[in-house]
Amino acid sequence: MSNGKPANPATVAKSLNRSKDATAVSSVVEASNPVQGPNNIVAPTQMTGSQAIVRSLEELGVRDVFGLPGGAILPTYDPLMDSTKLNHILVRHEQGAGHAAQGYAMVTGEVGVCIATSGPGATNLVTALADANMDSVPMVAITGQVNSAFIGTDAFQEADIVGITMPITKHAFLVTKAEDIPRVMASAFYLAQTGRPGPVLVDITKDAQTAQTTFSWPPKVELPGYRVVTKGHNKQLREAAKLIASATRPVLYVGGGVIKANAHEELKKFAEYIGAPVVTTLTARGAFPDSHEQHVGMPGMHGAVSAVTALQQSDLLITLGARFDDRVTGVLHTFAPNAKVIHADIDPAEISKNRTADVPIVGSLDEIIPQLHAACETRFETEAQQDLKPWWDLLDRLRTTYPIGFTETHDGLTAPQRVIERIGALTGPEGVYVAGVGQHQMWAAQFVKYERPRSWLNSAGLGTMGYSVPAAMGAKVAQPDRVVWAIDGDGCFQMTNQELATCVINQIPIKVAIINNSSLGMVRQWQTLFYDARYSNTDLNTGHGTARIPDFVKLADAYGCVGLRCERDEDIDATIAKALEINDRPVVIDFVVSADSMVWPMVPAGVSNDQIQIARGMTPEWEEED
Amino acid sequence: MAKHTLSVLVEDVPGVLTRVAGLFARRAFNIHSLAVGPTEIGGISRITVVVDAEGDSLEQVTKQLNKLINVIKIVELLPEASVQRDHIMVKVRADAATRLQVTQAAELFRASVIDVGPESLVVEATGNSSKIDALLAVLEPFGIREIVQAGTLAVGRGSKSMSDRALKTLSA
Repeated sequence: MSNGKPANPATVAKSLNRSKDATAVSSVVEASNPVQGPNNIVAPTQMTGSQAIVRSLEELGVRDVFGLPGGAILPTYDPLMDSTKLNHILVRHEQGAGHAAQGYAMVTGEVGVCIATSGPGATNLVTALADANMDSVPMVAITGQVNSAFIGTDAFQEADIVGITMPITKHAFLVTKAEDIPRVMASAFYLAQTGRPGPVLVDITKDAQTAQTTFSWPPKVELPGYRVVTKGHNKQLREAAKLIASATRPVLYVGGGVIKANAHEELKKFAEYIGAPVVTTLTARGAFPDSHEQHVGMPGMHGAVSAVTALQQSDLLITLGARFDDRVTGVLHTFAPNAKVIHADIDPAEISKNRTADVPIVGSLDEIIPQLHAACETRFETEAQQDLKPWWDLLDRLRTTYPIGFTETHDGLTAPQRVIERIGALTGPEGVYVAGVGQHQMWAAQFVKYERPRSWLNSAGLGTMGYSVPAAMGAKVAQPDRVVWAIDGDGCFQMTNQELATCVINQIPIKVAIINNSSLGMVRQWQTLFYDARYSNTDLNTGHGTARIPDFVKLADAYGCVGLRCERDEDIDATIAKALEINDRPVVIDFVVSADSMVWPMVPAGVSNDQIQIARGMTPEWEEED
Repeated sequence: MAKHTLSVLVEDVPGVLTRVAGLFARRAFNIHSLAVGPTEIGGISRITVVVDAEGDSLEQVTKQLNKLINVIKIVELLPEASVQRDHIMVKVRADAATRLQVTQAAELFRASVIDVGPESLVVEATGNSSKIDALLAVLEPFGIREIVQAGTLAVGRGSKSMSDRALKTLSA
């Protein structure tokens, strides 16, 4: 090589000549037409930039958008009023629009759309964009920007939102010319939807919205620096099959990427073929049915003993769309110390980022999993798979000995876990469950049984309190026929409950279960465990025996929702049943629960997963062999 | 940490340098030098960046750079397969008594004197970093007033052009 070595997203590791995860490209898919939507032909038509924005959204197949107008986006809200194809839902806070777009995208797999004005409108979207970026949610945010002549002058409601969101979006565009609008809109949707999905911001100056332009469709999308590899490399697939054949303790370590790639059916077939245990991470709950006998639970800081142990004692991690997050691995160098790693992901940068992969496979999981399946079939013809019975015997013992469960409370108040378990049991797997962040989120991940993908939504990577109500709203707009539960905490709920107004006005009948322990429960749990029970600033005074500020039932009533309160175990089922019967408006249930309940099992921060505790100070008894 | 030279082809669009520089900062990589300029292809710029990085982290930063939508191509230019040049301008104290000595020292390094004043000279030199260091060592005793240095430029040896494929992608 005379000229250095070429690098692209798939081959860069190889080109740098030092990596085990060298992956050659077998197919770089250049979609023949990257423009999403039905691709109608629209002959050149004269219109304003604002009309071009609305028309682009229509041509891209968008049906619902969430937003809130303001000065710099006003021109666009005028033609939006006339659109018969776009249903705009007026939120009460832009963060709500962002999370609603996320919820919409999570249940459908389509791009969620939100709109805000410049300055504070745009900065209010920042949390939702960061959240979508961490959890790979396809989303497009359209923001108004001040007139291009005013940019850089500290004009009224000016903020450099492209600059602000660069590190937390997949990409951000600034549009200053009306003629660029169709191309940029199509590019934004293409970027958000393909490869590793993510949020894309389109910031459009006011003068670009008001200027005249000639609109035609489809536009030509040119993204020379963007390439997506979808098919796995055959050599790596053969290597992976070889490792799978010889593994005695394999585990399918399944992440949210399987759901993003719609590869859950392929996963089930493959898992059943190789017979290995499956763990589903917090973002992958539902990617593999909880009821399946091969499912051994959720791994991680609050994972099941069987799932955490399966990873720790494994000799082969078959990693599919997961990213070795610190909440899964615990102290990284002690994680799964004897395991070889197969790592399949559509994002080459995830491979060997935290844990070095022995076999890297870059591509889309809906292609890779069947390829891996076929490669295993070929391999097993010449080399029989190892007997996994001893491995299963160990995991079955752990499942039986340390099932996910909870202890009764001592203060006479309801156990929060029971409430959540009953919501799941009475609603069933066709429901959608949307959690906030904290104890209730972990319990919702543990005690609801997930049987299908896209039925569990939460803010996993960023850990955004306040995600639940607006995301549930977005999910319900996308799938009005499903029961959508926001399982929220009393702390989280107070961050974004203004969207109940949006839900009532727009007839979006979500159900909100406030797991009200009158405190910032997860923080309180850490204070109990690690700060000598010194409860610094975690008491919220919303629960039993407090001033009840606010009174959630009255608050629900004020918003025009049905407000219910449940304080006793014997009322749980009847209250949930009542909520399930109401479909003409949102229901808010104040489940008054004990503040002393804790999330178990737990791997304390900063220690190895081997030190998982099933209850305070109680570590499972391990087999001697490892 | 070892220094690595990356040649990065990017779309010439607003904010692209911010994205690249921001990514280095965010992932805690130290940029040793940076040079940005147009290429032989309209609309494509080249960022030549010298980074301090170890093997695994260099691989990670390269992958992260590749994820930037405006980044078209990245090549690591290895020292043995490329030519690398630094460019420097040095303002040196020089009066009637020392002017000739400074001029002679500059000539030895094939540097040129591009400005002369009553009490100073400006010496311009191009070369690899060791030559520049040696020149500075020789000029130092006369009194260096100011140093202006550009980022390292580098190009692969031989006839191949790293923008060939990028060009093909653009015209496709």
